Amino acid sequence: MPGAFLPSEYLAILMLLLVGIAFGVITLWIGRYFRVQRPYFEKLVAYESGNPPTEAPRMRFSVKFYTIAILFIVFDVEAIFLYPWALVYDKLGMFALVEMFIFIILLLVGFIYAWKKGNLQWDK
Amino acid sequence: MNTFSPFTLSSLSFLGPELVLLSVGILLIVVDLFFENRLLLPWLTAAGTLVSLVLLFNSPSGIVFGYMYVVDAYSVFFKMVCLVGVLFTVLLSERYLTTEKLRHGEYYSLLVFSTVGMMAMVSGGDLIVVYLGLELMALSVYCLVGLLKQDSRSNEASLKYFLMGAFSTGLLLYGISLIYGLTGTTDLSMLSQRVVSLDLINNHAFLVGLGLVLVAFCFKVAAAPFHMWAPDVYEGAPSSITAFMAVAPKAAAFAVLGRVLIMGFADVHIHWGPIIAFLAVLTMAIGNIAAIAQKSLKRMLAYSSIAHAGYALLGILAGNNEGLSATMNYLFIYAFMNMGAFAILILLCDNKRRGEQLDDYRGLAKTNPLVAALMLVFLFSLVGLPPTAGFIGKFYLLVAAIHAGYIVTVVAAMIFSVISAYYYLRVVRYMYFENAVQETAAVSISPGMTAALVLAMIGMIGMATFPGPILSFAGKSLIGF
Repeated sequence: MPGAFLPSEYLAILMLLLVGIAFGVITLWIGRYFRVQRPYFEKLVAYESGNPPTEAPRMRFSVKFYTIAILFIVFDVEAIFLYPWALVYDKLGMFALVEMFIFIILLLVGFIYAWKKGNLQWDK
Repeated sequence: MNTFSPFTLSSLSFLGPELVLLSVGILLIVVDLFFENRLLLPWLTAAGTLVSLVLLFNSPSGIVFGYMYVVDAYSVFFKMVCLVGVLFTVLLSERYLTTEKLRHGEYYSLLVFSTVGMMAMVSGGDLIVVYLGLELMALSVYCLVGLLKQDSRSNEASLKYFLMGAFSTGLLLYGISLIYGLTGTTDLSMLSQRVVSLDLINNHAFLVGLGLVLVAFCFKVAAAPFHMWAPDVYEGAPSSITAFMAVAPKAAAFAVLGRVLIMGFADVHIHWGPIIAFLAVLTMAIGNIAAIAQKSLKRMLAYSSIAHAGYALLGILAGNNEGLSATMNYLFIYAFMNMGAFAILILLCDNKRRGEQLDDYRGLAKTNPLVAALMLVFLFSLVGLPPTAGFIGKFYLLVAAIHAGYIVTVVAAMIFSVISAYYYLRVVRYMYFENAVQETAAVSISPGMTAALVLAMIGMIGMATFPGPILSFAGKSLIGF
């Protein structure tokens, strides 16, 4: 019984993986012989939405960005949870309403915490 | 078909103690933001813990949320141990936080949130609920360990604990996914049926999954060889949190270990029995021998806590109700004696000394005879000398392991117990037979510390003289398994 050792139902995934890799490599490789190559300095600098780059990309960021990012995630997750909840609300009824309000109140406490601690102000 | 029927509002009545603590945790954040009175927070936490403790014994028991949440006497017992641990920690914290100039608000709410996590872990009838509770507990404790922001040891401890903890959680999830892949369920009672009906007892992939789960929980109880994080984390953390970590999260992890191994995988005992026996001996050896070399009492108690996890594993090893109830009883007694020893350590932590080094205990019997006498009792109990409570706990563990046929393991436990006497009694020698290096000031006592010490002594004396009620409670709680 070959299926016991080789999971043959996953063969399609393996094939897809191999074809995907081959497609990428072969197109890039063939492209080298057809495209026009005329490099000059402006063309080779890092692309920053059209502006000339001012400094090295690996500069240090203020730690404040991380608090903003964390706050963003909190409210992002809240919004994501609200969508499926709204879709199946009819089936769930009162329980879901209470649950969601508890959830939002918990997030609200987190929001008040961040606000009181001054994390919403850029310059403290 | 209404697939949501198990999720009704009435299910929440089974979660009374957890809901009370959760509300208290949130209330603590809000109170900390709007009120300046710092004494309000410990009082509120202590009151919340007590209300939760009362509710614990007045809540209905049953299986709710579609077999995911089990409220039985077993979980009630461990929740009691965890709540007692929190109560002690709150009593110890008030003066300690002021001495160390720690912020109070986050401290207490994180403490409460981690307890909610433990209660969910202990009640988890499903591996996913166990995992969720474990994460809530662990994330809160990672933060608590690093609260001494100015102390590089505390920062190191927090980061180390976080990285190692995250790694062990990864192993746990991998193990759960393997088990789920083979059995099609994460429900523990269903798992034990599927293991037999699908004949997985000797399946290699299943054993790898079980092994990974075992490793993750051995990490949480700091059993060797997964103990490497414990000494550094216990030493770096604020002392009150060290005391807390050695009692409550450890008890919760043992609860899960017992439930998963004895309820979910009882039929696989032939495979996990020898592993646990080996781990128990190794844990006792490493914990007790490494403790001898320590100059710091805090670090010594960290190794001692590893060694005690080894003793407690003996009950799990037995793999039956007798062993499990002995482990439960032992963890309850350990909560009191360990909290007592840490209470003395924190008592000696003031502006002049840290109370962490062994040298701080030189000549303590002359300057503070009562403090030294209390420490003596807690240390004797940690050794397990009769007639202390520690002896009672260890006695039932060893008897359970002998009844299960692990004679060699028990002999090893006895030998390491004797070795442990050396380093515990060395503290006694420092206190009673050596002179203080410099003139030590009398300790200042606070109401919280007094209450903690009195509570620890009551627990110790109670368990030494009347061990019956707790033992029968632990034994009775297994009937509904």
